[in-house]
Amino acid sequence: MDWTLFWVAATFSLYIGIAFWARAGSTNDFYVAGHGVHPVVNGMATAADWMSAASFLSMAGLIATLGYGGSVYLMGWTGGYVLLALLLAPFLREFGKFTVPDFVGDRYYSRTARLVAVVCALFVSFTYIAGQMSGVGIAFSRFLGVDFNTGIFIGMGIVFIYAVLGGMKGVTYTQVAQYVVLIFAYTVPAIFISLMLTSNPVPQLGLLSNLRGDEISMISRLNETLTGLGFSEYTATNKSTFDVFCITAALMFGTAGLPHVIIRFFTVPRAADARVSAGWALVFIACLYTVAPAVAAFSRLNVIATVNETTYVAPGETYAMQAAEVTASGAVPSPAWFARWEATKLVAFDDINGDGIMQIRGPDAPDGLVNEVTINNDIAVLANPEIARLPDWVIGLVVAGGLAAALSTAAGLLMVISSAISHDLCRRTFFTGMSDGTELKVARLAAAAAVVAAGFMGIYSAQLAFVAQVVAFAFGLAAASLFPVILLGIFWRRMNREGAIASMLTGLISTFAYIWHFKLGGGKAATADQWLLGVSPEGIGFVFMLLALVVGVIVCLLTPPPPQDIQDLVEDIRVPGRRGRHGRADADMAPH
Amino acid sequence: MDANTTSPDGRGYWRATIRLTLWLLAIWFAASFGAGILLRDFLDQFSIGGAPLGFWFAQNGAIYIFVALIFYYCWAMRRLERRFGIEE
Repeated sequence: MDWTLFWVAATFSLYIGIAFWARAGSTNDFYVAGHGVHPVVNGMATAADWMSAASFLSMAGLIATLGYGGSVYLMGWTGGYVLLALLLAPFLREFGKFTVPDFVGDRYYSRTARLVAVVCALFVSFTYIAGQMSGVGIAFSRFLGVDFNTGIFIGMGIVFIYAVLGGMKGVTYTQVAQYVVLIFAYTVPAIFISLMLTSNPVPQLGLLSNLRGDEISMISRLNETLTGLGFSEYTATNKSTFDVFCITAALMFGTAGLPHVIIRFFTVPRAADARVSAGWALVFIACLYTVAPAVAAFSRLNVIATVNETTYVAPGETYAMQAAEVTASGAVPSPAWFARWEATKLVAFDDINGDGIMQIRGPDAPDGLVNEVTINNDIAVLANPEIARLPDWVIGLVVAGGLAAALSTAAGLLMVISSAISHDLCRRTFFTGMSDGTELKVARLAAAAAVVAAGFMGIYSAQLAFVAQVVAFAFGLAAASLFPVILLGIFWRRMNREGAIASMLTGLISTFAYIWHFKLGGGKAATADQWLLGVSPEGIGFVFMLLALVVGVIVCLLTPPPPQDIQDLVEDIRVPGRRGRHGRADADMAPH
Repeated sequence: MDANTTSPDGRGYWRATIRLTLWLLAIWFAASFGAGILLRDFLDQFSIGGAPLGFWFAQNGAIYIFVALIFYYCWAMRRLERRFGIEE
C-alpha cells in the first residue's frame, strides 16, 4: 500500500508546514486567531472541525445499514447550523469573549456558573477527542502496518506541533487544508460509483435515478433486493416516529451547543461575518452530507450484487489463480476487494452451511438460510474506489482523508480543552492577576497536556466504555446543559445567575444519569418500552433540554433579576456595533 | 420576547429580527421534522425522480433548505440593518 504511505506523509508534511507559517503571538491569536479569519475560510475550517472520523468513514455505512433510520444523522448534524446562524453565532461574536464558559461566566456574573460550564465543556470535549484519537490509531494499524499505540503517538505528535505552536491560528489554516483533502477523497470515488451504477455523474442525482439499463429506480430495486433476502425495506425504520423526532432534535440542538463548533465563530471579525460564515460552513458540510446517502445506497446494492451467492476465494497470492479456476468451472468467484479487506478484518465470511458459497441474508430470509457475511460500516467508504476500479492512488487518498477528518476535529476539541483550563480556570478564576504573556505560556502548556491526555484516552479507549457512546454523551449533554443557558442568555434579558446554574445542572445530571444507566449501567439490556416516554438514550438530550429550559425559567422567576448593567449588556449584543463596556461583566477583561 | 434596546431604531430592529427569525425557524421545522419525519408517510405517496418524497426530504432535501435559509437570513439581516441605520 505504497500510495497510502505517500499520501499520509505528504498531507502530514503539509500540516506541519502550515503550523510553522501560522504561529500565534498573543492570547488573542491563540484563542480566536486574532479575530481575523475571513468568513469563507472560517466556514471551510468549521466544516473540517465538524466532520470527524465518524462522519467521513462510518456515516455512509451506518446509513447503508439503517436506510431511512440513518436520516437522523443527516438532518441532525446539518440542521444545527440553522440554529447556530439564527440564534447563537452572531450574538456570541458580538459579546466578544474567548470561550463558551467565558460567555456563561460573564453573562451570568458568576464564578460558579463559569465552573459548571467548564465541567460541561471538558466532559463533552474529552469524550469526543478520545474517539478521534482511537480512530487515528485504527487507521495507522490497519492501513500502514504500524502498531495501534504508535499510530496514536504519531497523530499526537502532528496535532501537538500545530495546536501548541499555532493555537487557533494554526488550527484554522490546517483545518482548511484538511477539508480540501477529505472532500476530494470522499467525492471523487462517489462520482465514479454514481457514473458506474446510474450513468449520472452527480451522486445526489444518481440517488434519484434508475440503475443503468434498468426500468425501475435504484431505490425501488434496493427495496426489492433487501426484502427478497429477508431484510426490512431500505425506506423503512424500526424506530418509532417520536424517537426519530427526539434523536434528530437532540443532534441538532447538540450541534448548536458544542463548544468546539461555537468557538470557531469567535474567529471572524464581526457579527455579520459570523452569520455568513455559518452559511458557508453548511455549504462545505453539505458537499459531503448530501453525497453520503447516495454512497450509502450504492454501497448496499453493490455489496449484495458483487458478494452474494459467489464462490468464496481465500485472500493471498493464490487469489488470482483460484478465482480463474472458479470462473473456468462456470461459477462466480468472490470479488478481489473482499479478499483484500478480509486481511484488515473489516469483512468476514463464516461458511455456516459448508457449501463454500457466500450467502447474505436478513433476519427473515424466505429461503431459511442464515447470514454468513459480516461487513464493517467503514467499508461503504473505504472499498468504494476499488469497487469502482479506480487507480491505486485514489485508494490511498481515502485513508489520508479519514486521518484528515480525525485530526482536524481533534485539534478543534483541543482548543476548547486548553482554553477552558488556561483561560477560564487559571486567568479568570484562580489567578486573576495573570499577564497576557504568562497566559499564552499556560495556554500552550495546557494544550500540550491535553494532547497527551487525549492520546492516552485513545490508547485506553477500549477500556473506557463511555468513549463508544460519544454520539449520545457529547450531543445529549451539549443540548441539555449548554444550549438552554446560551439561548436564554441572549433572548431573555431577565435570565439570572440562579436560573442558569439550576438549568445547567438539571440538564447535565439528568442526561448523564439516563445515558449512563441505559448504555453502560443496569439498563443496558432494556427495551424501548422501558425507556422514558419511549425515547432512546441518543434522543434523551432533547427531552432533558426542554426540562432544563423550564427549570431555568422557574428558578429565575423565583429569584431577583440580574443587575441593570447585565441587562444593558444583553441589549447591546442584540444590535451589531452597539457593544459598549459594562463594569460587571467586563471588569476583568474587555470585549474584543 | 422583551421589547428593548435604548434607542428607538435599535428596538424596531430587534423586533424585526425576532419576527424574521421565527418565520425562518418555522420553515426549518417544516422541512426537517415536518416533511422528513412527521409527514413522511403522506409524502411518500409522491416521488421525486425515483425516490419517495418524504424519504428524499429526510436524506437530502432538508439539507438544501437549511443552506438556503441561512443565506436568506444573511441577506434579510443586511437589509434590516440598512433600514434601521445600523452599522458596525
